[in-house]
Amino acid sequence: MATTITSAELPELTTDDLQRYSRHLLLPEVGEEGQRRLKAARVLCVGTGGLGSPLALYLAAAGVGTLGLVDFDVVDSSNLQRQIIHSTRDIGRKKLDSAEEKLKALNPALNVVKHETMLTSANALEILNDYDVVADGTDNFPTRYLVNDACVLLGKPNAYGSIFRFEGQASVFAAKDGPCYRCLYPEPPPPGLVPSCAEGGVLGVLPGLLGVIQATETLKLILGKGEPLIGRLLLVDALNMRFRELKLRKNPDCPVCGPHPTVTKLIDYEQFCGIAPAAKQDEAVVNGIPQMRVKDLKRRIDAGEDLFILDVREPFEYQIANIGGRLIPQNDVAQRLAEIDRGREIIVQCKTGRRSQRIAEFLKESGYPQVVNLAGGIAAWSDEIDPSVPKY
Amino acid sequence: MTIFIPTPLRPFAAGQDAVTVNAATVAGALDELTQAHPDLRKHLFTGEGKVRAFVNVYLNDEDVRYLPQKDATPVSSKDTLSIIPSIAGGRL
Repeated sequence: MATTITSAELPELTTDDLQRYSRHLLLPEVGEEGQRRLKAARVLCVGTGGLGSPLALYLAAAGVGTLGLVDFDVVDSSNLQRQIIHSTRDIGRKKLDSAEEKLKALNPALNVVKHETMLTSANALEILNDYDVVADGTDNFPTRYLVNDACVLLGKPNAYGSIFRFEGQASVFAAKDGPCYRCLYPEPPPPGLVPSCAEGGVLGVLPGLLGVIQATETLKLILGKGEPLIGRLLLVDALNMRFRELKLRKNPDCPVCGPHPTVTKLIDYEQFCGIAPAAKQDEAVVNGIPQMRVKDLKRRIDAGEDLFILDVREPFEYQIANIGGRLIPQNDVAQRLAEIDRGREIIVQCKTGRRSQRIAEFLKESGYPQVVNLAGGIAAWSDEIDPSVPKY
Repeated sequence: MTIFIPTPLRPFAAGQDAVTVNAATVAGALDELTQAHPDLRKHLFTGEGKVRAFVNVYLNDEDVRYLPQKDATPVSSKDTLSIIPSIAGGRL
């Protein structure tokens, strides 16, 4: 992509630029022309969270001219352990506004384009089309497949990073002649099999490591220098501090980047990833499972009813906060059905109502006649019933 | 040979990050692994015994799918097998 603009078309560097980027200008691999390429470049960061924070900060510092940011979330105190673009005083503020302020403070010449939306099949092609390189920092399966397919369809390189606990993966996808994410994994895992950081935790510095790798690859793609991570999967093991590399091949049968693609336009990625639309609090039944509101549970507890609440979170979560449910972590439920009485109504509960919905569906399939899901989980209990129950 | 177990699958392999097996082929090594740790089987293989679409197995740095002999490829004690599942830490 470094060859798409001739040097005569590149923006000139100002006196301030020459001073600010002096350490870049000294590098033969960057130099004045490279710095002008960075100034002309437009990079889209999807998400301003754990990966997006260091990614956007370093790209802004490096002199990338235009940074597009996609986010619709607000800053929460549990973000601050890793999302270093946001500060304590930003809690409750839109992540886009918080990020823009930090990026502009770091580099006032930076052009920030805010896309206050969730990236979807309906808007992705239009949004991505304005950028030279895309870096997905959202690290969830639907967005990952959406960004992958959109980048392949538009011919844009995609700097990929993903994290879990102490481990990370990075690569560059959808570059000309290189493999894409679907060459690596044609299909996502069924929901529930791969835990998220919200369930499994993550070392706060890990998205820093991976986000900085994404930023490095983005800069190299813009400069057209070095050996990009195309066709290679970098594995980061922070606990043992080992970096390993695996070869990635372009899959000749890849449904999106192969010679005979079956995916030629964007699809419904939530459906592709098997994710039911998020249960709304006011929805009475989701996938055949009645949704109990925390208010109704409170009323029944207050009425002295003897209830069976099945808490499917992990033991450490139970230790932080619980509402007296019987703890059987989601992965143990199948082996411990004997502990769950078929003759009773089972109220399944987790942190937000997602894991418990899946387990409720599993129990129903296993022949339990009366299974309900506690909508919103213990988080809703903390919000609506008892604020002294800690949120995490 | 050494089989590296990724973080998400360690709970099904007694918490170990690597397991040593003595097998002649890739398939034999995976078989020995899942016999020692039966809970791993459903995470690695489909009901028909095929490696799941969201799990890749690498012999050293090569994807087993692209080796000419695939999982019948002979292995020695110096080789490593890496199980690499897709991961996604972010929120939906």
